[in-house]
Amino acid sequence: MSNAPVTPDTPDDLVDKGRNLDEGPAGTQVKSTKQRKLTRAEQRAVDAKTRLASPWASAFAIVMAILWSIPTFGLFFSSFRPEREIKTTGWWTYFQNPGLTLDNYDEVLFGSSTNFANLFVNTVVITLPAVIIPITLALLAAYAFAWIDFKGRSWLFVGVFAMQVIPIQIALIPLLTQYVSWGLAGSFWVVWLSHSIFALPLAIFLLHNFMMDIPRSLIEAARVDGAGHVKIFFQVLLPLLVPAIASFAIFQFLWVWNDLLVALTFAGGSPNVAPLTVRIAELSGSRGADWHLLSAGAFISMIVPVVVFLGLQRFFVRGLLAGGVKG
Amino acid sequence: MDFLLTATTPGQKFLVMFIAILLFVAVMGIVLWISDRPRIPSWVTVLGFLAPAALLLLFGLIYPAFLTIRDSFRDRSRSDFIGFDNYATIFSDAGFRTVLVNTALWVVLVPLLSAGFGLMYAVLVDRAFGEKFAKTLIFLPMAISMVGASIIWKFVYEFRPNQAGIEQIGLLNQILVWIGLEPQQFLLNPPTNNFFLIAVMVWIQSGFAMTVLSAAIKSIPDDIIEAAKMDGVSGFRMFRYVTLPSVRPAVVVVITTIAMATLKVFDIVRTMTGGQFSTSIVANEFYDQSFVFGQPGIGAALAVLLFVLVIPIILYNIRQMKLSEEQR
Repeated sequence: MSNAPVTPDTPDDLVDKGRNLDEGPAGTQVKSTKQRKLTRAEQRAVDAKTRLASPWASAFAIVMAILWSIPTFGLFFSSFRPEREIKTTGWWTYFQNPGLTLDNYDEVLFGSSTNFANLFVNTVVITLPAVIIPITLALLAAYAFAWIDFKGRSWLFVGVFAMQVIPIQIALIPLLTQYVSWGLAGSFWVVWLSHSIFALPLAIFLLHNFMMDIPRSLIEAARVDGAGHVKIFFQVLLPLLVPAIASFAIFQFLWVWNDLLVALTFAGGSPNVAPLTVRIAELSGSRGADWHLLSAGAFISMIVPVVVFLGLQRFFVRGLLAGGVKG
Repeated sequence: MDFLLTATTPGQKFLVMFIAILLFVAVMGIVLWISDRPRIPSWVTVLGFLAPAALLLLFGLIYPAFLTIRDSFRDRSRSDFIGFDNYATIFSDAGFRTVLVNTALWVVLVPLLSAGFGLMYAVLVDRAFGEKFAKTLIFLPMAISMVGASIIWKFVYEFRPNQAGIEQIGLLNQILVWIGLEPQQFLLNPPTNNFFLIAVMVWIQSGFAMTVLSAAIKSIPDDIIEAAKMDGVSGFRMFRYVTLPSVRPAVVVVITTIAMATLKVFDIVRTMTGGQFSTSIVANEFYDQSFVFGQPGIGAALAVLLFVLVIPIILYNIRQMKLSEEQR
């Protein structure tokens, strides 16, 4: 998906290429020079018009957009309806059964049986160190792989690269056994540690890729000036890597905040550590009919990642395109 | 100092968090300070940068992986060697066979449907009015947890018996009632309930597919498109003969990536059915066997199976990447 600079073609080239692509009337010289006079922006405008000219295509896109948003909207809207209304009528009958309330949020956040306020704190406390620690460790390792010469470097890096494919399930039972024997199971410490470990392979790989994009001359200039690796890392590389770090930080943030498996395994049993996702999944099984709690609870867990995501979408997409995908 | 392990109030929890972060910064500071001493051998520097990550990976990923592989050949007490018995159970027991069939269904359907929807949508909204907003709508499910997505869809599938005085509260059943059909227990009736779970994953992953493919479409050089246009190519033929061949490598990446993510996904099944009603998949069964049913041997074998299933997808991905690099 490289966006290689396009070398300017003569109109004749264009026509020739066009012929190879498909049969059809070849464009004339006059027409193509006329096309060339349009600026890029104008061309895009013309394209937009030709696209919207197909009503079926637009209709399909609109239907898909609606299909994708309605389920979320339905639950979101329902979370503000009184308990009795949610359980007996559909949200689309709102005008026959009006009534909006914040009671559901109040109950789910502060009610003694749910206490999501407490779980929200747990989620935040789990997430912050689980983002900071692996990024720091991965930055250092990526720096060593990118800019320090040592024996066996490429083999080690291939090994880290390969570790990305290991499903974390394969590590869970022995890790839990180990944590239990240390007496640390069910504490924040092991949740942080586990998230940090599982994030490392992807983090090192991604940050290494971003680091390799930095011109060698910059690093070498600093070296000639007598800067050591630590100084180069902090003063030359780190400022340039801010967007890359942001990309991965958003990834890791969403991954940890939304995680169920790691939290359930290592903190599931202790309400003082378990995050929102664990409790919501549990409620869905034990109190599946309590839609006033489930709806409000689900949106409490979603609000922070959605805000972060919408605010920093640019960085997120950048990370995605650089190969940052985690299952 | 008990609160370090058993913090109960929000204040204590945040305090523990800050202590943990400070501790980490302090340790890393010392490590870097040592590796930056003048006249220190260069291998110490390398060690300072690499060792923290390497040690964690050894402790938390590589060593446990070996233990799990070993345990997959042992019985439930994890002490007696039983050969391939656990694997034999997985492949012969009827219940497990359902799990394997379901997993295959997920791994085939989710990537294909997600990539299909993602590609169609990316093509349709490309350069259209309101493109950015239209893409955000599809992309947004990527930001929320799979647990949250499961709740959203469980509500859509919610069932109420079709009796006088009882209204449907789930949208899908209401639609069935509107068009004169009986409401369905979508999540309870095998084997169709699997498709309703798969729909949730497709709903989530289409946004990812759309984003990657949209970027690929935008990187098709303008002159190729202009040239095709001058030749009178448009509409579906433009898609078939220009767009599709250009984004083919990206489609492969998308499909393999989603396939790997799907293999490991566990949250949706866990939240929506708990693996009951013949909806379990390998990742969910792993959790149940390991931590609920007390069968760590079977659990370990399922984890190893997940790992083995990922490998061919990776190899295919690497091969395709090499092929497309050769073409350039």
